[in-house]
Amino acid sequence: MSIDWIHFTPWRSLAGGLLLGIATSMFLLLNGRVLGISGIASGLLRPARGDALWRVLFLAGLLASPLVLGAFYSLPESRFDTGWATLVIAGLLVGWGTRLGSGCTSGHGICGLARLSPRSLAATLCFMATGFATVFVVRHLLA
Amino acid sequence: MQRVFEFIAGLLFGIGLILSGMTDPGKVKGFLDVAGAWDPSLALVMGGGVAVAVFAFAAMKRRGVSLFGGAMTMPESASIDRRLLVGSLVFGVGWGLAGFCPGPAVVAAGSGYPQAIVFVLAMLAGMAVHELPVFRTLGPVTRA
Repeated sequence: MSIDWIHFTPWRSLAGGLLLGIATSMFLLLNGRVLGISGIASGLLRPARGDALWRVLFLAGLLASPLVLGAFYSLPESRFDTGWATLVIAGLLVGWGTRLGSGCTSGHGICGLARLSPRSLAATLCFMATGFATVFVVRHLLA
Repeated sequence: MQRVFEFIAGLLFGIGLILSGMTDPGKVKGFLDVAGAWDPSLALVMGGGVAVAVFAFAAMKRRGVSLFGGAMTMPESASIDRRLLVGSLVFGVGWGLAGFCPGPAVVAAGSGYPQAIVFVLAMLAGMAVHELPVFRTLGPVTRA
């Protein structure tokens, strides 16, 4: 293992993380809900009456965030080294997996750990493990 | 009023994701690649988020109702079952392949990256597949 000091951004990443915590706390205190992106998005596929607008507004905020931040700050670039077919397969796996497992990095990783849920800890350990393993296989065994 | 805060929460969460580096699949893969040149930055993202949110969840546990007086909607399931473990393992594979999890992918789609838009559409399709009756046999769906 070697540390990639060139790309290491501890303060910016910590600041971003603290902001995620603030948004999560605000959402919880005002709306009484767990801020989980996969749950919020998938709830729009078959919305119950009166249960759609808050989801749309939250997702609109997410979609608008690059425009708003970009007005004040030079946005970091998103770098891709994944082919289209792999992107589609990955998207299907993320969509299906987060529904089957009832949550993703936000719902289990931030909210679940913050409310000390053993269930979310188990989920987080699982997706971290296969995330690390998948990159290892793709970059070091198949490449 | 509550409606405004739902939008602002999404906005702040998206800005947090951009600042942290999560919307850059290259950085996410750099974090997940411990055997290569490892970029540990993203460990601080979850750590920072949890460090703040833990106080809010502790406060909510005592209060019981939201500041607007609404009921709390918390995940009801406590069991660590096969659904949870298999789903999370599958999610991690997709996360490692693309370098995207759901939130950052939606934000990057908002930036107009075609790769992010394709990923989000595939992700919604994957979620829709899970709604098919054949998967009901795996047990009831729980949130977050």
